[in-house]
Amino acid sequence: MIRVENIIKSFDGRTVLNDISVQFETGKTNLIIGRSGSGKTVLLKTLVGLHTPDSGSVWYDDTNFTQLSFMERKAIRKDIGMIFQGGALLDSSTVEENIKLPLDLFTSQSEEEKLERVNFCLKRVRLDNANKLYPAELSGGMIKRVAIARAIVLNPRYLFCDEPNSGLDPQTSIVIDNLIHEITEEYNITTIINTHDMNSVMEIGEKIVYIHRGHKWWEGSNQDILEADNRELNDFVFASAMAKRAKASATK
Amino acid sequence: MLRIFEQIGRYFILMGKVFSRPEKMSIYRRRILCEMESLGLNSIGLTAIISIFIGAVITLQMSINLSSPFIPRSLIGYATRETMILEFSSTVVALILSGKVGSSIASEIGTMRITEQIDALEIMGVNSASYLILPKIIAAVFFFPFLTILSICIGIFGGWMIASLTGIMIPADYIDGLLIDFKPYSITYSLIKTSVFAYLITSISAFYGYYAKGNSLEVGTASTRAVVVSSVVIMIFNLILTQILLI
Repeated sequence: MIRVENIIKSFDGRTVLNDISVQFETGKTNLIIGRSGSGKTVLLKTLVGLHTPDSGSVWYDDTNFTQLSFMERKAIRKDIGMIFQGGALLDSSTVEENIKLPLDLFTSQSEEEKLERVNFCLKRVRLDNANKLYPAELSGGMIKRVAIARAIVLNPRYLFCDEPNSGLDPQTSIVIDNLIHEITEEYNITTIINTHDMNSVMEIGEKIVYIHRGHKWWEGSNQDILEADNRELNDFVFASAMAKRAKASATK
Repeated sequence: MLRIFEQIGRYFILMGKVFSRPEKMSIYRRRILCEMESLGLNSIGLTAIISIFIGAVITLQMSINLSSPFIPRSLIGYATRETMILEFSSTVVALILSGKVGSSIASEIGTMRITEQIDALEIMGVNSASYLILPKIIAAVFFFPFLTILSICIGIFGGWMIASLTGIMIPADYIDGLLIDFKPYSITYSLIKTSVFAYLITSISAFYGYYAKGNSLEVGTASTRAVVVSSVVIMIFNLILTQILLI
């Protein structure tokens, strides 16, 4: 479980996160949604410690992450997997080297054991035989799947995904969404996904937090979101032409 | 002025992170070898081409300007040797490498920064500064002196070659000149300078890359700044080291 308490974060005097408190459940796919520039990515990066909040705290189970030193955070970081918007794979390394890196650095496994684990993770994301390819040789969907494989290689307890569907076609997006959701349930991890893809919201959003102009505006599940009585949220949810038509036909 | 002090402060904070204890030495050893290949071995061609031509040009220039019958021709070989050892093969090669290696380091690390690859390393619990920068510094500090020795040899050979091919002087006179008043300490001085310059090029370029932000334009700016600043710092340290080591 990850708990955020009264987080405030500003850049150059501009407040980006304003007194946000929220709890993300273990074994559930938690979604942070909101318009571009609403503060979703800043919130996610604050959760993983890439940004330091001006005030407030982030709790990983019973540990106050914000108060830990760099060295103390290292222990928790080994339990964290993160999938970045662009994949963030190391360009100069092959798929296999990218996934193996955390094993090289933090385990004392033999080369055979590491390779076995890498192959298992690649199989898990349905990317067998891509070991020797470089990131430049991969498609957008493949990059995301390698990023997922790298994120789960150390069996993390917390998984963070920053817009995992950005730049992907709808079918590939569904594959990536389902993969993340399956992994969350299979390993009972706390998954937090940052997205503005409504398809993800409706398909896998077990807990949804809507951020609007740096404030937590609404929270609930994908069951509640369509009936939510919140103008900004409704504007966001029904922004697409498809959603508008669906709503109009439902009203008729 | 305040900004310069701020930058210097950030540079030393980064160096503190770079020289902190590495996660796993075996990984670093592997990376050092890779960096030796990319920063050192891949610079041999450029160093060799420039050195042979500069050696030849120095010999030609000396021959033209020392045409008095009162000056022995062997001094041309002596002057070529001293120029190559004392200044060209350490300082000028360092300036050239700051363009090639420095811009490559700044753009590589800068691109990693803006594409969140450095963030990914941090999330994994890796000391990204040490993991990315330390192998480059060690590789350059140990490999660049070999480039200097290579440059000295090739430059002197370039001088002999031009003497033989053009007939501006008797090659035997050139070789006699090479043996006049040779001080082995000059080589030590040159190698110490090269190692210091190697550290400056890699650390300054890495600094600008590591703190790059924004988009590809910013990476280009960081790369240019890295080359300019490291070139200026090399010249300043050239003066300081010459004062300390030779006078």
